[in-house]
Amino acid sequence: MTPLAGYLLVAALVFAIGLAGALTRRNAILVLIGIELMLNAANLNFVAFWRYLPHPEALTGMMFAVFSIAVAAAEAAVGLGLVIAIYRHAHTTDLDEMNRMKG
Amino acid sequence: MQEAVQFTPYTVASAMGKILWLIPALPIVAAGILALLKQPRRKLASSLAIGSLSISLLLALAAFGDVLAGWASGHAVRETVNFAWLHFGATPMDLGWILDPLSAVMLVMVTLVGLLIFIYSTGYMAQDENYTRFFCFLSLFAGAMLGVVIANSLLLLFMCWEIVGLTSYLLIGFWYQKPSAAAAAKKAFLTTRVGDIFFILGIVWLFAQTGTLLFYNQGAGNMEPLALGGLLAAPAAWGLSAATVIGLLIFAGAAGKSGQLPLHVWLPDAMEGPTPVSALIHAATMVAAGVYLIARVYPLMSAGIIAGGTTTALTVVTWVGASTAVFAALIAVAQNDIKRILAYSTISQLGYMMAGLGLGGVAVGMFHLITHAFFKALLFMGAGSVIHGCHEEQDVRRMGGLWKAMPWTFGTYAVGMLALSGFPLVFSGFWSKDAILESAHKWHAGQGPYFLLVFGALLTAFYMTRQVSYVFFGKYRGHGHAHESPRVMTAPLAILAFFAIALGVVGTPAWPWFRSFLTDRPASFGLTGFSEPGLFILMATSTLVVFLGLALGWALYGNKSPRAEEPDTLERAMPPVWRALSNRLYVDEFYGATFIAFYHWWARVADWLDRRVWGGMVAAVMWFFGLWARFNRFLDEDWVNGGFDKGCEELSVGGGLLARVQSGRVQTYLRLLALAVVVLAAILIWSARG
Amino acid sequence: MNVVFWILAVVTVAGALAAVTLKNTVHCALALTTAFAGLALLFLELDAQFAGFAQILVYIGAVAILVVFAILLTRGSETPDSGVFSRTWFAGLLIAAAVFAVLGWAVLHSTAALPGSEGSAMAPAVTVQQIGNALMSRYVLPLEIVALLLTSAMIGAVIVALHEKGEQPK
Repeated sequence: MTPLAGYLLVAALVFAIGLAGALTRRNAILVLIGIELMLNAANLNFVAFWRYLPHPEALTGMMFAVFSIAVAAAEAAVGLGLVIAIYRHAHTTDLDEMNRMKG
Repeated sequence: MQEAVQFTPYTVASAMGKILWLIPALPIVAAGILALLKQPRRKLASSLAIGSLSISLLLALAAFGDVLAGWASGHAVRETVNFAWLHFGATPMDLGWILDPLSAVMLVMVTLVGLLIFIYSTGYMAQDENYTRFFCFLSLFAGAMLGVVIANSLLLLFMCWEIVGLTSYLLIGFWYQKPSAAAAAKKAFLTTRVGDIFFILGIVWLFAQTGTLLFYNQGAGNMEPLALGGLLAAPAAWGLSAATVIGLLIFAGAAGKSGQLPLHVWLPDAMEGPTPVSALIHAATMVAAGVYLIARVYPLMSAGIIAGGTTTALTVVTWVGASTAVFAALIAVAQNDIKRILAYSTISQLGYMMAGLGLGGVAVGMFHLITHAFFKALLFMGAGSVIHGCHEEQDVRRMGGLWKAMPWTFGTYAVGMLALSGFPLVFSGFWSKDAILESAHKWHAGQGPYFLLVFGALLTAFYMTRQVSYVFFGKYRGHGHAHESPRVMTAPLAILAFFAIALGVVGTPAWPWFRSFLTDRPASFGLTGFSEPGLFILMATSTLVVFLGLALGWALYGNKSPRAEEPDTLERAMPPVWRALSNRLYVDEFYGATFIAFYHWWARVADWLDRRVWGGMVAAVMWFFGLWARFNRFLDEDWVNGGFDKGCEELSVGGGLLARVQSGRVQTYLRLLALAVVVLAAILIWSARG
Repeated sequence: MNVVFWILAVVTVAGALAAVTLKNTVHCALALTTAFAGLALLFLELDAQFAGFAQILVYIGAVAILVVFAILLTRGSETPDSGVFSRTWFAGLLIAAAVFAVLGWAVLHSTAALPGSEGSAMAPAVTVQQIGNALMSRYVLPLEIVALLLTSAMIGAVIVALHEKGEQPK
């Protein structure tokens, strides 16, 4: 098992854990936490590919990770703001009880 | 004695000619305004009608003066203003008006008599609630009649002719609450329609032959030698030329309007209308329109005439006119309604005019038309005054002795009666009738019309004497007290009476001014006019006949004052003849038994056809379409709708399934997303391996 | 494959697992911070110092604090009676497992084919100056867009979380 494969497997595991959390938790904040984990796993992939693939001097992968971190920060801010807004409206953060967007 | 009319110089339309259209236009505009006016505006309504007609009269007098001046200076006036109205392809339909002696004379007569009758109407109709409407119709009539007079196009003439017919219908049925008035209006309209159908056939034929409906158009009109030559050359049928047949067709129209045999039946019934209407329309002007029409198309009627001879068309006109004259005079003898007597008298006199046209040409017929217009209008208005004074009584047997109660009416009525009877020398009727008799006497084709007309003159004097004796002499047999009519009614009577006498001056053999004027010859005064061979004998004969009639009438009816229930003097003498005459010689019954019965039968046949045959067809078609519709409905509901419903159902089921996916739970969405990623990745890997 | 990697990997995965499985939400947030820290250290291990410090600053310094604030503001720390997992937790777990299986299978079958994946000992010499030059030259447009995004996200978050007018603050 190459180092790259190790990092990628760790990233895949974290991604799967995040997905599992996002799919199984009732609390909207915990769902967001899962999503953050998935994003971080992706970042780990970028950096790992940057590190082990040819031409690391081009900085592509790392730059992608840096931008991703910035976007994730924005996402977290807006997402948590939404959760707060929804909570204020529905007095709950339980996603099982939030099905107003039904088609 | 035929005169070859010679109008050589054509003058370009003068200022008068150009504004001639105003004469009919003014009353028509007045009628339009009156139609919009509210009923209570009586004063305004009558002033508007009278005012517009007064201006028309002044214009007509100016036009007459124009023509007179031209004639006096030696060149005939015939001004025409023509313009294209429509274009059928390359063929223009021209309209236009004409100012010549004939139209000028008629213009003055119609406006003058019309104005007097308008004034008279303000008194006669004072109590009527539809006063405004009455003056509206009257104005419309006057305008249309003036249009007939100035028309230079047969088409324009026909249009105005029909408006005149319409107003006649409207005014006869003015008191439409009376069933008899409504029926009379219908009868008048339908009977004249019979003539008008022939008239329009003649118009169409004339148009087809000559390509124009203008009478005079710088040599290209259809009353001018070029077109007439073509018409004479064109054969029609039974050896007659197109000119003759077209002339006869137009005469049929004229006969309908002027109440000639056999289309006279409507005119007596038309007396259901208000008396001013009877005076204006059914005595003085409209019924004379037929005579005027024949005078207008006289060049056509007399086309191809040889000096001293006659044409087929004119012979027919003569015979129809002469027979009508005697026929109507006979019926007039046995009538008891004051207006009906006058109506039959009018028919008889129209017969004289027609005969005059046929025998002696335009001038002879037109002279009688003009004089008759004045004295017959006078008689009708006098009769109206009598009816008014006797509390709407129309039966002459319930009058009597009115000369004391109504001196003005009596005086003027007597003038009219003597003029109509042809009392010698002082009355216009004598001279105009004499001219006709003279022409008849000189007629080369036979003496039949002459004898008929002389007999008619005798009857005329007789029935007028009978009427006057009944109405004004003897004792009063009516109810209540008779009273004289107001000044507004008697003043027109006096003016008309003046003209009834004075007009004779212009037509005596000593000074045949009227004839010269119409035929464009210099008039000279001279007693040599009397020296024509046979003239004195003729005058003596007609004088004798008139006196005979008067004496006979006075002998039988003078100062008798019989009661209404008593049989008439004549009835006692010759009961079968009387019965026939008082039943108007059974013409109406004859029509009823033949034409009307035929129409009834035909209507029944048509009704049967309509119900059974055509109705059956319609029902069959309907049934078929009903079936078809049911089939279509079946298709629609069971197939199209079924398919559509099925589709909708599927869609809704599918929608329901999809809607279940859209649960509103974010985690479900996320799950699907992840599942899709797995499936996508699996597919990618699978394909990468392959 | 050194020991540091394995330790860091275990810490990270354990933190992530704890973050999604613990009942107390505040504990979840703390476990999340642990996972973030592990990831930041993994970045450093990969010689990506800049990304690693950015990770620490942004995630541990900002996002974790935000999450805690959100939890406290929504009383999310109280454990509901009906349990912390949704009714369909099993399906979610199954799907997550499938995703992991696909990813792991793909990693194991593809990394062998990649060039240089055998682990070049040579760490790329990347200075912060190089990164700064790259950001200001080649990546200047994305940088500006991210700056704009962050500004609008800040404004948006404020507006979304703001009390609506007339609403009684709870």
